[in-house]
Amino acid sequence: MTFATWLALFVALVVAAEAVRALRHRGLRSESWRRFFRQRTTSWGVGILTFLVIVALAAPLIAPFDPDRQLDILHLTNHSPSWTFLLGTDFLSRDIWSRVAYGARVSLGIGALGALMAVSLGTLVGALAGYYQRWIDAVLMRGVDVGLALPRIFILLMAVALWDGLPFPALVITIGLTSWFGTSRLVRAEVLSLRQRDFVVAARALGADTGRVIFRHVLPNAAAPIIVSAALSVGNVLLLEASLSFLGIGIKPPGASWGNMIADGALSIYTAPWSTVFPGLAISLVVMSLNAVADGVRDALDPREEPA
Amino acid sequence: MGAAWLLRRLVASIAIIFAVVTFVFILIHVAPGRPCPENLDPAVCNELNRQFGLDRSIPEQYWRYLVALAHGNLGYSFADGRPVRAVIAGTIPFTFQLAGAALLLDFLLGLGLGISQAVRVNRLPDVVLGNVTLFIYSLPTFWLALLLLLVFGEKLRWFPVGGASDPVLCSVVNSLYCVGDRLWHTVLPAFTLGLVGAAGTARFQRAAMLEVATQDYVRTARAKGVPERRVVLRHQLRNALLSFITRFGLAFPFLLTGAVLIEWIFAWPGMGRLAFNAILSRDYPLVTATALIASTVVVAGNLLADILLGIADPRLRVRADTDLVPTA
Repeated sequence: MTFATWLALFVALVVAAEAVRALRHRGLRSESWRRFFRQRTTSWGVGILTFLVIVALAAPLIAPFDPDRQLDILHLTNHSPSWTFLLGTDFLSRDIWSRVAYGARVSLGIGALGALMAVSLGTLVGALAGYYQRWIDAVLMRGVDVGLALPRIFILLMAVALWDGLPFPALVITIGLTSWFGTSRLVRAEVLSLRQRDFVVAARALGADTGRVIFRHVLPNAAAPIIVSAALSVGNVLLLEASLSFLGIGIKPPGASWGNMIADGALSIYTAPWSTVFPGLAISLVVMSLNAVADGVRDALDPREEPA
Repeated sequence: MGAAWLLRRLVASIAIIFAVVTFVFILIHVAPGRPCPENLDPAVCNELNRQFGLDRSIPEQYWRYLVALAHGNLGYSFADGRPVRAVIAGTIPFTFQLAGAALLLDFLLGLGLGISQAVRVNRLPDVVLGNVTLFIYSLPTFWLALLLLLVFGEKLRWFPVGGASDPVLCSVVNSLYCVGDRLWHTVLPAFTLGLVGAAGTARFQRAAMLEVATQDYVRTARAKGVPERRVVLRHQLRNALLSFITRFGLAFPFLLTGAVLIEWIFAWPGMGRLAFNAILSRDYPLVTATALIASTVVVAGNLLADILLGIADPRLRVRADTDLVPTA
């Protein structure tokens, strides 16, 4: 760790903390923002996520070493955490902090892109099924039934293991394609109840075309469950990627993802537990933050108060 | 819910399972890579392919598979020629043992925590437990498994690091010692799955209890002087358990099949590991059969939850002719 990387790390922490403070400050003025931050875990979640996103974006500044470089295979394998190697080194003498920083790009990227894809697809299918009903609904929802009947990890294992060595985009698409079933059911249920409401009927009576009714009138009012489901999806997709990479069929080495770092670390877990502990901790923190944010969104957009 | 509803759901369930089998069948045949190892003599491969019927056209293979399936024959594993049914039957006791222990911990601990949190909502114990369950719920199970192995398997040596029983002694004799030994081997994998599950159940149950807490009938019960304990147990809990039934239906299959990684880490001879190995070695009949069983369990779990919900919630019985969609 050089002075520059320490400085970058410090700046990232300050920016994250400042972002949370600014949001909370703003929250004093708006009722739903105040509800969003009602639980302290939500602030922590936003802070941790901001920090890790900065780390991912600024990885070259924050990482002191090349993440894939084997620094000194003779003397620096499984080096315990120190001031030079913040989180230690792994069994190939690679710096774990650098790999966690660069791995954040891959893991958060897959999480965000996969979830974006899954939620868009789920929202679209759910909206179509709920709005048009009749045979479109029947066909789409029976398809969803089938998708939900086969455990997701099972479909993914088949797709990923059978097509050995899927490239990054294909992996994201595969995960996205297998993760939208739950969201579509949720959105369909929302749309079913919304489409009967007066403002939707009014919009239709005024001659708004179907696309406009769905996207401008129905879906914005179903935003709460969609946002919550998106936040949870990012965590789920991240966990799926980690599971697949852990089994050795996700992100291929030497490129670092938090999942394959755990797989690498597991080889030397008894002598160098840090190489397993830190990437796993990163995953846990992200998933926890997303769950906390989802809780916050639920509180903010759902006006029902919890009993005191 | 009449007989007609049940019949309709059964037919739909069979259709879903049929669709899953077809989907899996197509997927493995479209995928690159063949079951016969590349370094094998092509003549041997041809002979093996002929034996297993892989030289026929894919529609023909599909038809033959369905006919065999209709006769209750799941085919023969490519790996050793044993009937798939026997291979899977060998793993089911282990899967049940692990899933049973994990579900027990999940539900007992999860319900207990969720209820005790809801009773003390927003007070210190609730907040602390809320943070703890949030964190545990977010842990990747396979990572938690590795950490538990490191601490309790390697460092403290309290529990074995893998397998389902003593490989030397218990493969020969079957004594009381071996029953204990099997339980001892179950502890770590079951604890891993059960703990993460319990954190989810606790969060779920707390929310369900609070959802019910604002209902009029709870307020009425309090207003007419029903003791607090009775309000919680009879008015809140009983109604909050309704949404728990749906969760039960969903959790049941997850533990049976979603434990692939845990079974893999603990070298547990269950169905998840079998399925994963079958996929890696392109053992078509075994892959299709595990998918068949997995989807059957999922569909059965949902159906069971809906039936239980219908029995437990009289409001649903009134709408007997409508489709039963739990609104949890």
